[in-house]
Amino acid sequence: MRLVVPLQGIVQGRGGLIIGSLIPCALIYFLRLHLKRHRGSLAPARVSSRAESIARPDKSPYYVGLDRVSRDPFDEVDNPVGIIQLGLAENRLCLDLIEEWLCENLNGAMIGHGGDKDHLGIGGIVEYQPLDGLMELKGAMASFMTQVLGRGISFDPSRIVLTAGATPAVEILCFCLADPGNAFIVPAPYYPGFDRDMTWRTGVELIPAHCRSADNFIPSISALDQAFNQARKRGKRVRGILISNPSNPMGKLLPRETIHNLLHFAQEKNIHIISDEIFAGSIHGNEEFVSLAEILDAGEFDKNRVHIVYGLSKDLSLAGFRVGVIYSYNDDVLAAAKKLTRFSSVSAPTQRLLISLLSDTSFIERYLETNRKRIREMYDLFVGGIKELGVKYVESSGGLYCWVDMSGLIRSYSEKGELELWDKLLNVAKVNATPGSACHSIEPGWFRCCFSTLSKDNIPTVIARIRKVAEMR
Amino acid sequence: MTRTRHSRSRSPDPEEDSKPTTSSSSSSGGGTAMRVIVPLQGVVQGRGGLVLGSVIPCALFYFLQLYLKRNRSRKPPPPSPSSSAEHLPEVPGLQRTLSRAHLSPRGPGGPAHVSGRVNAILRSGDSPDSVGEKKYLEDTYDERSNPDGVIQLGLAENKVGLDLVRNWMVENGRGVMLGDELSISGITNYQPFDGLMELKVAVAKFMSQAVEGAVSFNPSQIVLTTGASAAIEMLSFCIADAGNAFLVPTPYNPSFDCDLKWRSGVEIIPAPCRSADGFSLSVTALDRAFSQAKKRGVKVRGIVISNPSDPVGSLPNREALYSLLDFATEKNIHIICNEVFVGSTHGEGFLSMAEVAESEDFDRSRVHIVYSLSEDLSLVGFNVGVVYSFNQNVVAAAKKLVRFSSISSPTQRVLVSLLTDTRFTQNFIRISRERLRKMCMGFIEGLKQLGIECMTGSGGSYCWADMSGLIRSYSEKGELELWDKLLNTAKIKVTPGSICHCIEPGWFRFCFTALTDKDVPLVMERLQKVAETCKSRS
Repeated sequence: MRLVVPLQGIVQGRGGLIIGSLIPCALIYFLRLHLKRHRGSLAPARVSSRAESIARPDKSPYYVGLDRVSRDPFDEVDNPVGIIQLGLAENRLCLDLIEEWLCENLNGAMIGHGGDKDHLGIGGIVEYQPLDGLMELKGAMASFMTQVLGRGISFDPSRIVLTAGATPAVEILCFCLADPGNAFIVPAPYYPGFDRDMTWRTGVELIPAHCRSADNFIPSISALDQAFNQARKRGKRVRGILISNPSNPMGKLLPRETIHNLLHFAQEKNIHIISDEIFAGSIHGNEEFVSLAEILDAGEFDKNRVHIVYGLSKDLSLAGFRVGVIYSYNDDVLAAAKKLTRFSSVSAPTQRLLISLLSDTSFIERYLETNRKRIREMYDLFVGGIKELGVKYVESSGGLYCWVDMSGLIRSYSEKGELELWDKLLNVAKVNATPGSACHSIEPGWFRCCFSTLSKDNIPTVIARIRKVAEMR
Repeated sequence: MTRTRHSRSRSPDPEEDSKPTTSSSSSSGGGTAMRVIVPLQGVVQGRGGLVLGSVIPCALFYFLQLYLKRNRSRKPPPPSPSSSAEHLPEVPGLQRTLSRAHLSPRGPGGPAHVSGRVNAILRSGDSPDSVGEKKYLEDTYDERSNPDGVIQLGLAENKVGLDLVRNWMVENGRGVMLGDELSISGITNYQPFDGLMELKVAVAKFMSQAVEGAVSFNPSQIVLTTGASAAIEMLSFCIADAGNAFLVPTPYNPSFDCDLKWRSGVEIIPAPCRSADGFSLSVTALDRAFSQAKKRGVKVRGIVISNPSDPVGSLPNREALYSLLDFATEKNIHIICNEVFVGSTHGEGFLSMAEVAESEDFDRSRVHIVYSLSEDLSLVGFNVGVVYSFNQNVVAAAKKLVRFSSISSPTQRVLVSLLTDTRFTQNFIRISRERLRKMCMGFIEGLKQLGIECMTGSGGSYCWADMSGLIRSYSEKGELELWDKLLNTAKIKVTPGSICHCIEPGWFRFCFTALTDKDVPLVMERLQKVAETCKSRS
């Protein structure tokens, strides 16, 4: 008794100052000291909390699908029952042209013509390079961008910053335009990669501005306004809007008026606009493509808030080369981005190769022309097949994909139903398409199907497989 | 509501506004003046009831803000053209619409805001290093065309083996890209961002060669990225959160300031080393720095060292590395070891951190090594960096982060060929080391003749020279004066110790690997001129 009651008092925090409070405190203190002394030998080295969240496997259907395909890829000859990839916007339609060009020109391009003082020779490759790209490449890139984004626009090479792909280009712009805790408005549905590229390291949040099928998926100012006010209510400062033109995953080209409205909106709210125009060379329809640069050239708007992101992965099918472009009209952002390319630079041999490739304007013309034609053919074939299934889709003029409305095939009109269908498509039909929920689409049932990794004979196979699932209901 | 009534000044009721009130602190005269002053006094003091005491000040403040806001946007931004305007190349057909935008912005928005991080990044543009760099680029030394130009002794461009690489490229370049099995789609398509497996295997073998087989590196622990800077930044993100800190013994490589801090939000806490100890690693200094950090409430996550040390060029011995690992284990922190110059160690006794980590029962998961092919193989433009970590979580996170700094596949293909040509690589390392040793000796000898002592290093491409005898005032200011003289008079670009955060002024870092044999006497000659003017003055 004499022992139990004081102990009970301690546990219950009673028993006066000494027993009730000092002794528990003393015990806890000694416990901590003991743990601390032994911590060194027991505890494993911790990684940072941001590394932990980054290293966790991605649960989004976009990544799960890509992963499944990489483990069981469809091959006409070797693996005819594998999963057909419709989830990766990679262009394999014109590789033969690139191959031809490389065969003819490679020796001169990368290695140079030998000789000590020949500027284009090997001495040029391995010497000190400015990290944001060789001036010659910037010049060649500026002319290429004129060919792709609009013939009336002239791009200033000194405003170009070359990065190792469009992914770091977008990330660098986020670092330059926003502080941790700020937000960007992105018209939804959007490319699932933005969730990762723009937020992992920057501390920035993405706020979707939903576009609807009724509006033909063109971003409306009221949606942007709504998103802006939502952010403000939550105390998040919006620093910019990120638009894709042609849009991904819908493939729509933004009309001139919409771009004007966006620029007005940005000016009014004092925020930036980043325009991701990476699919500008993949326009297969008859609509006119209007780049943000073209509108700015007319001189009405304040250019300091506009930045264009471009890259060679889609238009020239050179994803493996890792070449991206930041084109900014803001001098501070440009200066900072140039410094940040020390972390994501394009290696010199690739730069040399590209100088040759991009300067061969006749080849580029021929390539762009052929590319457009072949994308159109595949699009028509794919869309024809989709129509046979009785499934609706959105007419698009750009991009390497089709935004398909499979809401007729899902059981419950909700995200859950959509994911069930995605699962069935992946596991039963062995077709990987990206569900709209991964793209933050507010209307369930939409899927993005990329057709540029297929060949013409694959399309009937794809349609047959989808039909199997469609008829399963 | 209660109102206190003082004997001297009385707060009037709103209704009593018009009535002349009794005394305030000023004159006793009534009249209109009083009728205005007293309510105002009430307003200022926040008294006077709901309307006067609170609503009116608020209303005034609101209107003040509105006025300022309106005026701020109306103020036109400076109409002068941007500073880059002078450097724009004359591209035909270029429309100069920039200046127009400056003159006529539309709307009430105001100037576009950039992030706070940008300002920190831009501020570093005025460091001596970038000023010197600019001068160098404008006036580069060339034996034939510009013999009075600025000689580069600030960057570790290893041109020592350039001719060997050049020859290899000319002989083998073509076959590389369009190899037999790997067709074109192998290089144009999306590849795993952390590098081709063949390249990782080849890099692991090469790293092993560079340490003469003392360690065998596991390719699955390798993540390839675009340069050592990207590798260090990635590790910084993986090991520390924003607001944490790294302990770095000084003097250290100035690029750590960019790589470790700029985007990751991590702080660097210097642990000063002294010339009396030969600038060697001191665990006491690290301990002191660690406790200082703890007092400030900053969490230390790791130590970052260079091996061979940069800029000093010395090689830490086995005990030093062991005690470092002990310290890290005790404090439960990581070690990032920058071993970029492994293949360029021309002296004896290089010990890789990987070897130490593998040998004993240390918790290897806290050791991470950064390597780069550029320095050892004279491949500066290639930008190939390696993250080698014993920690699975770090490797997993790095594999995901590497999408932001992934090496292009043509380069990877070339490197696979280059590195698998073991005859070439072994030959290269041997010759390169021999040349570097000769260069280093020659340079140190030349400096000794001028009366300048160096820390004799056996590693890396640097000479850490004590030029405190030539500076006027023994301070950072004096050191920068000497640096300026060297840049503008002697036309030599060197790195002053202050930007390496060395606490003792007067030390300079000379990098000799960009020189040829003919350049060394020229450098000495120029240095002599400056040394004489400095000595004659003092």
